Order: sequence, then structure tokens, then C-alpha cells
Amino acid sequence: MSTENTASTELDFNTPAAKRHRSIRALKDKFASASIAFGGISVIVAILLIFFYLLYEVAPLFESAKIERWQKNDQQVAPYTVPGEGKTLYLTMEEQAEIGLRVTDAGQLMFFNTRNGDIIQQENINIPSGATITSFAVASEYSGLLALGFSNGEAQVFKHKYKSTYPDGIRVITPELEYPLGADPIKVSDGPVEILALNGGEEEWTIIGGQQSKLSATEISLSVNIITDEVTADTNRISMPDMNIPAQKLLLMPDRRWMMIAGKGGKFGIVDMKAVGGPVVTQLIDATKGEITSFELLLGGNSVLISDDLGTTNQWFLVRNEKNEWLMENIRSFENGNTAISSISIEHRRKGFVTISETGNLSFYSTTAHRTSLSAAVAKGNVEMIALSPRSNAILVEQNNQLTLWAIHNEHPEISWSALWEKVWYEGYEEPEFTWQSSASTNDFEPKYSLMPLAFGTLKAAFYAMLFGTPLAICGAIYTAYFMVPAMRRKVKPFIELMEALPTVILGFLAGLWLAPFMEVNLAGIFLTLLVLPASIIAFAFAWSNAPKSIRYLIPDGWDAALLIPVIIISTYFSFAIAPFIEQMIFGTEMRYWVTSELGIPYDQRNALVVGIAMGFAVIPTIFSITEDAIFAVPKHLSYGSLALGATPWQTLVRVVMPTASPGIFSAVMIGMGRAVGETMIVLMATGNTPIMDINIFEGMRTLAANIAVEMPESEVGSTHFRILFLAAFVLFLFTFFVNTLAELVRQRLRKKYGSL
Amino acid sequence: MRQSFTEWTKSGAPWVWLNAGAVAICLIMVVGLLSLIAVRGLGHFWPADIVQGNYNENNNTIRLTGERVQVVSVPADQLRDSGVKVPEGVEEMQRTLLKIGNRDHGGTDFIWVLDAFMKGEQKPEMLFAAERREWGNFYGYLRGIKEDGKIVSSYDGYEKSAEYMEVWNDFQARIDRATLIRDQIEDIEKGRIGSINYELERLRLKERSLQLKEVTDQSRYQEIDNRRAELDADYESLQGELLALYTAANRDSITAEISNGKIVEFKMASVVRAFLPNDMGIGGKILHYFQKVWEFMSTDPREANTEGGIFPAIFGTVMMVIIMSVIVTPFGVVAAVYLREYAKQGFVTRVIRIAVNNLAGVPSIVYGVFGLGFFVYFLGGHIDDAFFPEAKPAPTFGTPGLMWASITLALLTVPVVIVATEEGLTRIPRAVREGSLALGATKFETLIKIVIPMASPAIMTGVILAIARAAGEVAPLMLVGVVKLAPSLPLDFNYPFLHLDQKFMHLGFHIYDVGFQSPNVEAARPLVYATAFLLVAVIALLNLSAIQIRNHLREKFKALEM
Repeated sequence: MSTENTASTELDFNTPAAKRHRSIRALKDKFASASIAFGGISVIVAILLIFFYLLYEVAPLFESAKIERWQKNDQQVAPYTVPGEGKTLYLTMEEQAEIGLRVTDAGQLMFFNTRNGDIIQQENINIPSGATITSFAVASEYSGLLALGFSNGEAQVFKHKYKSTYPDGIRVITPELEYPLGADPIKVSDGPVEILALNGGEEEWTIIGGQQSKLSATEISLSVNIITDEVTADTNRISMPDMNIPAQKLLLMPDRRWMMIAGKGGKFGIVDMKAVGGPVVTQLIDATKGEITSFELLLGGNSVLISDDLGTTNQWFLVRNEKNEWLMENIRSFENGNTAISSISIEHRRKGFVTISETGNLSFYSTTAHRTSLSAAVAKGNVEMIALSPRSNAILVEQNNQLTLWAIHNEHPEISWSALWEKVWYEGYEEPEFTWQSSASTNDFEPKYSLMPLAFGTLKAAFYAMLFGTPLAICGAIYTAYFMVPAMRRKVKPFIELMEALPTVILGFLAGLWLAPFMEVNLAGIFLTLLVLPASIIAFAFAWSNAPKSIRYLIPDGWDAALLIPVIIISTYFSFAIAPFIEQMIFGTEMRYWVTSELGIPYDQRNALVVGIAMGFAVIPTIFSITEDAIFAVPKHLSYGSLALGATPWQTLVRVVMPTASPGIFSAVMIGMGRAVGETMIVLMATGNTPIMDINIFEGMRTLAANIAVEMPESEVGSTHFRILFLAAFVLFLFTFFVNTLAELVRQRLRKKYGSL
Repeated sequence: MRQSFTEWTKSGAPWVWLNAGAVAICLIMVVGLLSLIAVRGLGHFWPADIVQGNYNENNNTIRLTGERVQVVSVPADQLRDSGVKVPEGVEEMQRTLLKIGNRDHGGTDFIWVLDAFMKGEQKPEMLFAAERREWGNFYGYLRGIKEDGKIVSSYDGYEKSAEYMEVWNDFQARIDRATLIRDQIEDIEKGRIGSINYELERLRLKERSLQLKEVTDQSRYQEIDNRRAELDADYESLQGELLALYTAANRDSITAEISNGKIVEFKMASVVRAFLPNDMGIGGKILHYFQKVWEFMSTDPREANTEGGIFPAIFGTVMMVIIMSVIVTPFGVVAAVYLREYAKQGFVTRVIRIAVNNLAGVPSIVYGVFGLGFFVYFLGGHIDDAFFPEAKPAPTFGTPGLMWASITLALLTVPVVIVATEEGLTRIPRAVREGSLALGATKFETLIKIVIPMASPAIMTGVILAIARAAGEVAPLMLVGVVKLAPSLPLDFNYPFLHLDQKFMHLGFHIYDVGFQSPNVEAARPLVYATAFLLVAVIALLNLSAIQIRNHLREKFKALEM
């Protein structure tokens, strides 16, 4: 009792202050444990974050489209009566989908509010006295150019335009009507204009009109008088031969050379307007077994879409054959059950279109991707007309004199598995191809998003890099770990590992600005070195092993590498020095010229060989370091046992050490591969970055990584192109994730195995 | 004992030698690469002699002056094919790339000449070289000095003489004067006017933010207007000062004779430095060399980055690396401590190790894409919405910049720090920890007071390696904040001093940009080599010091275990 008392008076551990102090310390400890655990786990979080974020950016590409009734102030916009009288000839909307335009068969143009059908403005096309409207034509959705044909043989071309102004900060859109060919109708035919087609722009126009058997083409060229600003039109009317096709509709391509006729019984005729000796029918095709119900030009005017009453829509375009003739080919078809297609509408900004079937089923298609992004019922029974807005975010459906406005969410229809990874027949191409071409100057450009050339380029670059780097790195590692004297190893290993720290931008810059021009001149020297170097090493080694002991003992075993340095330098120099004579002897010219002229292989200055060497240089330290560790970590008693049984060092290495270390070497190669695949700067600087698919070592390539670096800064946020670049990054991520995880698992198993040995 | 070749092959010795050869090749390649960069990079600053000669090609003689840059030998056949009259029997000819400068008078800086056609080559001592702020180098004979358009001194002739040196010295004095004035102009334009513009922009944002918050208190708007009026007045007076300085700077000009005998005139203010390379002794050349090296390291680039210095790039790299280290160190250390000290070795640690390896293995461009999407557009966009609504629609943090670049690179380099720290922690003997715990310290106290201090050199190694990696990384930076020419440094005297939202310049990107996107690659190439050498030297130094620290640490703990 007493001792306890004294103890407590001298040193009391349980004073309130001490207790408090202890509990604070315990609390701190707990808090620290928790936050450190959190910090540790956050490494996993980081990698998952990268994964899921990339996925989050990529996912919208593969979402299917959605359609719903247009919402205004959280209220569905109700169907409304069609504004104006008569039958609808044409229906469209302006940019913001706020104002619609309805062209009636009485020549009235109704500009109306798409939300409630209120008429905003009405314009009338002047119909020549005594005449009636007999036909109607659209040049292209994109340009807003329309034409009406009259019974007196005249036609009127007009264009609808919209102007946005911001009085008081509120947007006001005013519709306008324009007559690009003058306000007076133009005579295009002798009889009534029963069918009509037009195309053109700026100064040159062609209008084709007339009756089935008696068509004539009117070529108009406008010229502006510089002084008076007066526009004068030169017209030239050519009458066309009887085509013998019961024409229902005509189309004229923007080049005004090709006219297409849709006839009864599924007939499809192609007329070359600029053929020598006047217009001539070049092809007459049975486009369908049924009847053609819809006949339109796709955006850009190079493809024709033909829908029939059997529920199929076919895309056709002109393809040049070997004889330099242009022939219409059926490129791909889009099925829509078996119900007849009653109407189609063309997208204004993309290579896509919308069809509506007799049963009121709406389908969205993208031609390049050959994809149906949406199929939904919007009406019961037959629909008279549909019209897409320019941004493809709204669609008007006319049925039973009622208009319904629908909202569409269809951001990335041009992407599908086939568009990314399979051959696609692009407009104007002679056959299906893998092509990467993400942007061009024109609006009606067909983007070509095939990732194949990029993936191919990536693997090609990695392949040549590994071809150069792996043997050097593994052989070097074997020697360093197994044969080299420790004193030298201590110097050599950090030195080669220092290579790993060398910025790749420097390797790339040397490859592009020094190695590529050097190689162009010394191509033969490089190949010669490949032969001379091993031979001279062996020759020197043999000579050395037969040298007198007095010389041989000067340098102990394990210093061979140092001994070889001068040999290698001299033989390399020698190869480059004699290469010009050798190439003159064998090829009669420089090897580079021989490659192009004799082998017919194109030679780029910045080619795969340059990349292979430069990137090989970058992967050597990675592979070297891991392989060296793996071999060095093989327990020594294994090799001692083998040597004691009389095996030579080489036999021990090949039969005992290497099998044990092989998983480590495998993981080294995997990690090196991951690095080669993802390397950006070297490829960016050492190749021409052309996305071609050719294994040729003397040509360049474009890799996924370099493509991201080149195109990411100029791609629009949230666009399809932007997301595809994310997809490229995601593919790279997945590839390296797979490779690295595999390598790490192998290494972990190996470590366990060594532990047990 | 003589061995037959077959016997020798059987023993496997050739394979061993080939393996040795592989190591030797690797070593030669590394050394070769480093020396190539070093020779080309360091050689650029040495003042080259200017040669003058009469060049006769196809019966057309012209006088050429310039520096020899590169000599190559060309097969004579190739020259004959391109229409050059090569004498019979000649197999090969030497071709020299001559830097003739005077781009404002000839159109090109460089010209290829065949040595055989260059006659009467000499190195006149009176030929001078002038580095200029635009149009590249100038080579010629000094002919006279003008002040306010009136000739004050002149010289005729090609031989060196006392009078010539007098004119020359006057020329040098006037360059110094013009340089001083230019410094003042720069100080006003960049420093003081820059600050005024910056503050005006801040006032605009302040006003806009008041409007957005619908503040009706007119006195606060008045305050802003008052300050704005003050600044405008300051600006006016600075403009007056500037005008005076510009007039003073443009007072002098010189006339000089160029290679084709024409006399040309240009402003003294456009000259950075003029020297007589052929008249320099070895001491003069060394002095000039170091002046040039210093200029390279400490001044701004000129002429679309192809001349002048790389100071902003060095500064930008250093800034980014510092911010990155501040972020990466705690994160990396905590993760390593968790792996080594706290977590039970098992499934979780295995998964973390796989994650660490993956972080290390993910291509750097993927980090760039992630940084651009997640940090810049996603986080940055939200930060802008929350804190900088007044600047909209111009983005503040919603655009690539220094902060996002640093964070992206921190993520990229975190595995380096984790691995190095873990290695350091492994080496600390258990006894040390157990001793501390036995004395009653909590686990956290042991960690902070014992383990971390002992592991600090290892942490340092990790951070140094991370810095070395970040300094050389370019691909992700191209997406998240690097530009070819930043108008101002990210650190200056304007509040808040450190501008995390600004774009910056970077050494690695500078190499890529100047080497591959420059309009005048030939002129820029030596500068690229010099920049590359600087970068390699810094990175090699960082790595070597990391290795040194690590080795030192290993030795120390070996002693402890005894």
C-alpha cells in the first residue's frame, strides 16, 4: 500500500492531465491510421478514377439515340393544326428549331412558331398569271434552296434564310426570302413543268424540268457587272433525249454532271449531262423489286438514298472503275422491318437520314457507320411528312393535318463498331478501306474515324522498337547479371538506368533531326553494321581466347564488355566507311535509291526504322533493368550446383538460370512493350505522322498516342472527334493496364517462388 | 592451349561474348548520344570565324562572307545530275553550309557552297558580326556612325587601323547606351504598364462581379471608377515617358558594307551585341563564350524562339516542378507508409501494388488526356462557375494552366515517390521501430519521430527522381498548359503573385516546338541542341544525386544492422 502511495505521489500516470494527454495521443494515432489508410487506398482510387473518367467520356459514343415530345417549361408541346391552307409540299425548320417553314401547293410560304403553330410571317411566291404549280424541287437541305415549277413551263428558284438579332438581349429570329436567280420566273420547259430538279450555287446553275418524255436542261450562268452591280443571267437550254423511263422524280448532283431518275417499277436511271454529244443514260438499274417511295440526295450530294415500299433504304454512289468510268454502286442497305417507307428526311450536318414507315415508325440511320441509332413509333398509321431541324435535335411530324414536334438526342450516330474497326466504303472511294481522316475544310465532309490505321501504326512502331531493343536489352542484362565482375556491374547498371531518365523528347528530337537525315545518306552503312558487328565480335573473341596467356591474364574474366568497346567502335566506323563502295558494287547506286527504284518501296526520311532505333533506345533501360534484377535474384546455389556438376557457365545459364528467371524476363518484355505502345514524343517527332497501313520499314506511321497529341488541342470539346480521341486514350489505357497487371502478377509470383527456394 | 573453333563454339563462349557485346553497344550508344548533344549544344556559343571569299559557280562570281556551320561530302555524280559543272575525274566534293546572315538584304540566312569553287578565302580582321533583335545576324564592314541622321564618324578601307578601332569603340559605346535605354523601355512596357493593365482587368472583373451580385451601392462602383481614372492617368504619363525613350533609342544608326559591296544602314537600337570574331584572341573568345552562355540562360527568346535565351522556359519548368513536388511528396509518402507500415500484407496491398505499377505504366499521353478532361474541363469548369463567374465567358481555371499541369504530373510521378520511399522504409531495421514502441510511443509517434526522419533521404531520392521525370515529360503538358511563348512569367509582382491559372513555357516542349514547328529550323537547330544539353544535364545531375543519396543510405543502414 505504502509503496504504491509513494509511487503515485512521485509519478502519477493517472492524473487528469496525463489521462487527457494519453487519450489525445491515442486519438491522434487513430486519426493518423485512418488518414494514412485513406492515402494508401487513394492510389487505387486514382487508377480507378482515370479508368472511369475515360469511360465516362467515351460512353456517349455508344449510347443509342432518344426521342421524346418537345418540352417547353416542363410541359409537353401539344400537337397543333397545320398552319395555312392546302397540301404541304415541303416542311423544314431553321437552325434553332424555333421557326418552321411550310411550303404549300398554293405557293404560300408559312413561317410558323414550331411550339404552337402560330404563323409568324407569310410569303407568297408569285405565280405567273393563268398558271398553276405543277412541281416542286429541293436543291439541298443544307443550302435552303427550293424551286417551284409552273404549268406554263416556268420555274421559280428561291431560298429561305434567317437572321438573328438581339434587341434588349433577347434573340429574335426573322425569316427572309431570297431569289438567287432573280425575282422573275425562268423559262425551263416548253410544256408544263411536271418534274423538276436543280442544283448549283454562286454563278453556275442548272435546272432540269419538263414532262416525263420531254425534259430539258437549262444552264444559267450569272455575271455581275462590277460598275453597276447589276446581275445578268446567261441562259442556255438544251433539250434532252427521251429516256424511256417513267420518271417520278429527278435529282441533280452538285457537280451538275450527273442526273438521277427514279422511275416506276423501281427503275433507277443515271444520266451523264456532260457526255460528249449531249446527255446520255449511262446506267439503268432495277433498284428495287417494289416501288421507289423516296428518292433523296445525302448531305454533300454524292450519295443517293432510295427507299422502297418493302421497307429497305439503299445508299448508292458513283464509283470509278479501272476503265475510268463512273458507275452507280449499291453501297449499303438499311432495313426497316417489312413495312413500306413513306417518307425520309436528310440530316443537314451529318451523313445520316431519318425514315418513317407506313405504320408511323421512325428510324434514324447513319450511313458511314451503317448504324441504326434509333427506332421508335411516333404515330399510328401513315404520316404525310417529316422534317428534321438543321442540328438534328428536333423533328416535325405531319399527320392528319396536325403537326407534332419531337425532341431528339442523337449526339454521335456516326460511330459504330464497324466504323471504328472495320473497312468502310466511304463516298468517292473505289473500295472499302481503313482510313483515319478526322477533319476537313468543308461542311459536307464525311469524317473517317477508323482506328485501325492508328492501332496498326502503334503496333508497327512498337514492333520495330522491340525488334531493336529487346535483344540488346536482354543480352546485355544476362551478361551484366551473370558474367560481369561486380566492380563493373556497379558502374554499368546505374549508367544504363540513367538512360531511362533521358527525356523522350530528346530522343525524338535527335531521331528526327539527326538520325533521320543521317540514315538517309548512310542506309547501307546501317545494314552493313548489323552484319559486321556480330561477326567482328566473334572474330575478336576467338582471337582473344587463342591469345597467349600473358596477354589474356592482363584482363580477368568479366571485363570482356570493356574489351569489346574499342572493337565495336572500330568495326562500326569501318562499316560506315566501306558502305558507299559496297552499295555501289551491289546496287550500282545508293541503297536508298535502289530501294525506291528497284524494290518499288517508297522511302520516307522519317520512317519506321528511325522510330525503331529511337524508341528501342527508350525501351532498352526498362527491359534491361527488370531482366537484370530477375536474373541476379536467381539463388546462387542453383548455379553453383550446376557448375559443380561440370556444366559450362553458358550451359548453366541456359538450362538453370534462364528457366528460373524467365517469368521475370517475360514481365520485363511486357512492361517494355507497354512503354513502346504508349510512347508519344519519339513517334511524333521521328515519323511523318501519316496514318497509313503498311508494314514497310521505310515508311512512317501514325500511332494512337501521337494522334492524340496532334489532334486533341484542336478538337471541339464534347464533339464526336473529341470523344474518339478519348476512346483512343482509353484503348491505350486498357492495353497498358492489361500488360502491366499481367507483368506485375507474374513478378509477384516469381518473388514468392524465390522466397521459397 | 589452342582451341579449335568448333570446340570453342560448343562451350558457349561466343554467346557470352555476344552478350558482352550487347552491354558494350548499350554503353557506347548512351555515351555517344550524350556526347553528341554536348558537342553540338556547347559548340554553338563559340564565336566562329567569319570567312570571306569569291565564290564562282557556273562563271558567276560573287563575294560571300559568313560562318562555316557544317561540312559534308557529296558524290560528284549527284552534283552533275543537278547541273553543276564538276571537273572530270572528281569523285567527291566538299560542300559547306555557310551562315551568311543579312536576311534583310539577301532573303536567306544559309547557303550551301562547294569548297572547290571558293577562291581567295581569307578572314579579314575588320569584318564584324552583329546579333540583332530582328532579321538574324549581320556580317559586314563598319563604314560609319550616324547620329540623328548626320554622320559623326566614318571609315573607308578593309585593313585594321587605329582609326578603325576608334570608330569601333564609338560603336560599342553607343550600343551600350542603346541597350540601357532599351532596358528602361522594357521595364516600363512589361513592368509598369503590365501592372496597370493587370489592375485594370482586375477592376473590370470586380465591377462585373458587383453587377452579378446585384449590388446597388453606388459608392463601390464610384471607388472602382476613381481607381480606374488614376490608373489611366498613370498610363498616360508612362506613354509620354516611353515616347521620349523611343526617340532617344532611335537616335543612332550605323552604316556598313555587306558582302556584295552595298552600303546598308540600320538602327543601333536593333543591335544586341557586335563583335569582331576574327580579331578576338583566345581569351576574348572564352569571355564571349561565357557571355553567350549567360545570355542563353537568362534572357527571353527572340525571333520566334530561334534566337536569344530560354529563361522563361527554365523558369516555367522550375515553377511547375516545385508545385508538383509539393503535391506529390505527401501523397507518395503516405501511400508508401501505408503499404509498408500500416497495411496487413495481403490482398489489399497486392492490389495497391498492381495499381502503383499501372500508374507507372500508363502512357503519359493518357495522363494528358485525363488531365485535360477531368482537371481542366470538369474540375476547372466547376471552379469557374463557383468562384469566377465575373470572368465568364473567358475561362480562368477552365483552361489549361500551370496548376493543372502540376497536378497532372504529380499523378504521373507518384509511383516514383512511392517505390523509392518504400525501399527506404524496408531498409530501416525492425529493432528501431520496436525500441520506440517499447518506450511507449504510439505507432504514429514512432512514424513521425523515428521512421520518417530515418527514411527522409529515401523520400528525397524519390522526389528528386520524380522531378527528373517531370522535367523531361512533354506529351501530357502539351495538352494541359504548355505554350510556345508565354507573354509573362507565372510569378510576378502583381497580386496574387503566383498565377496558377497562367500558361507557361517548358524546356522539353521548347525543344519540340523550336526543333519541329519553327519557321527557320536551320537557324534554330544549334539552340535546340543547347536546350537539349541543358535539359539532359539537369536530369542527369538530378538522377546521379538521387543514386548517390540512395547508396549513402544503404551504407548507413548496413552499419545499423551490424
